[in-house]
Amino acid sequence: MIRMLENLDRRWIFLAMALCVSVPILVIGLTGVTFPETPTPLAEAFFDEVDRAGEANGRRANVLIALDYDPASAGELSPMSLSLVNQCAQKGHRMYFISLWPVGPQMIEESIDKVIKRFYPDLVYGQDYVNLGFKAGSEQVIKVMGIDLTTEFRTDVEGTMLSQIPMMEGITSLEDFDLIAEISAGYPGSKEWVLYAATQYDIPLVSGMTGVQAPQNYPYYPTQLKGLLGAIKGAAEYEFIVNDYVREARVRSILAANGIDEETSLGLSKQLDQISTWTTSAEAASMSPAAKAELIDVATGATPGEFLEGQRRMGPQLFAHLLMVLLIILGNLVFFAQRRRGGSA
Amino acid sequence: MQILTRSIPLFITAVAGIVMILSAFFPYTSDWGKFAGQFFNILAAFAFVLGGGNLLKLHLKKISDQRPGWAYSGVVLVCFIVTLFVGLLKIGAYPNPTYPSVHFGGETQGSGSMFWWFYEYAFKPLTSTMFAMLAFYVASAAFRAFRAKNFEAILLLGTAFVVLLGRTFAGVLATGWIPPDSAFSGLRLENLSVYVMQVFNTAGTRAIMIGIALGIASTSMKILLGIDRSFLGSGD
Repeated sequence: MIRMLENLDRRWIFLAMALCVSVPILVIGLTGVTFPETPTPLAEAFFDEVDRAGEANGRRANVLIALDYDPASAGELSPMSLSLVNQCAQKGHRMYFISLWPVGPQMIEESIDKVIKRFYPDLVYGQDYVNLGFKAGSEQVIKVMGIDLTTEFRTDVEGTMLSQIPMMEGITSLEDFDLIAEISAGYPGSKEWVLYAATQYDIPLVSGMTGVQAPQNYPYYPTQLKGLLGAIKGAAEYEFIVNDYVREARVRSILAANGIDEETSLGLSKQLDQISTWTTSAEAASMSPAAKAELIDVATGATPGEFLEGQRRMGPQLFAHLLMVLLIILGNLVFFAQRRRGGSA
Repeated sequence: MQILTRSIPLFITAVAGIVMILSAFFPYTSDWGKFAGQFFNILAAFAFVLGGGNLLKLHLKKISDQRPGWAYSGVVLVCFIVTLFVGLLKIGAYPNPTYPSVHFGGETQGSGSMFWWFYEYAFKPLTSTMFAMLAFYVASAAFRAFRAKNFEAILLLGTAFVVLLGRTFAGVLATGWIPPDSAFSGLRLENLSVYVMQVFNTAGTRAIMIGIALGIASTSMKILLGIDRSFLGSGD
């Protein structure tokens, strides 16, 4: 056995890794079953910070969303972006998209197409969200935005002057934003936003990042970074919280539109499995059959696939990690066997 | 010539550096930082041109010398020139909806444009594939290189197991029997991995960051004062 492991062709390892990743993808794709997630305080802090943005000013929050990554890291980071936009759109925040990465605009387009245009078609470009696109210059862009945003961004991504975009009124520098939400895959990324925006101007900053970056950013939490999502695990946890929040908010919205009092509405939104039974009760008599059907659909219907990507990707990650642990153990068995024989290790 | 090659660059460096320091500490001078930033952006634009020129020079030389792998250089140059051509001339870009009559007013990377096509069907799958291949190399390295040779390596291995298992559902399966509200809940792998990251990792990273920051500050001072001139490339 040990002899066989000593001479193991690495292509067997590659095959094992391919199976560990591809089989869970296929199984989860076919069954839709995902592992349950327990959100950590970091993911909860990220959600809470986005949730309470702008509360102190008593108006809709201006949230600067910086998507600083490319397709190489999209597997890890795209689920975070989609859930972030989902939460902001549901909450009614104004979203200002920018990127310091050359292919960032495509990441922005993806988030807008998959979330806003599909699930929030009522949101108006220029009033509820704007895409300012990519700007070269890395941290220098952040520094100049801190002083005068219009020096760096004169138009949006389509070439429309910022002065003609309604939601840009009153936005002159970074200090006019209630929150900066940043999804980062490296340089320039979360560290630069911490150093040149959050620290200097005391603006709340939350960041999602790749697993490689996360250890370097933990020291900034919770003072400079109010929330931190690390890798696909962080994405899955955040996705889990946001999906619950969106479902509950929509249930409350339908109940409020049908004249149901706030206390009942709040209680029902926390017991979604009771909604179907509740619609047959006397309390729901004022609701039309169509409204009841919509309520049941929102409360118990399947979550759209776009908002399950993080949780789905935890499946391949589980088996890939287990394989890694197994390989480390086997590698060390070989090492100790060789050492016992007095061979080179 | 010493004035052009040494004195003027040193003067520009000192002035730009001091302006940036002042703009960070004195609100009255914050606009100076903005101007310095604008100059930086202009210089960065020239750096793009220099970078492109350097890329052409290196790969043309490799092709000309027929060095091993010269065909790859040919692929790089063709891709570079075609992408540059398509991007600069905005080939296939739709007109700007606000200013439809303005030439070159459309978005270069807009959906459906040729640049978008390159991104969607070449850049995106290629970069994703490159990144995904890391999983195979990491797995191979785990088998061949991650050895418990000494005490430090054993510590590293133990930490790796905690984080690898704690960041997945395996952690819950392995230690889920420990009640979450008990005094031992910290020993659940998912909690232990958070503890490792937030305490041990933060302490180590913070020490490294402070060291790096002090190093940057002292090196920057040496550059601003003209003591370190290595950036001039003269070997001083």
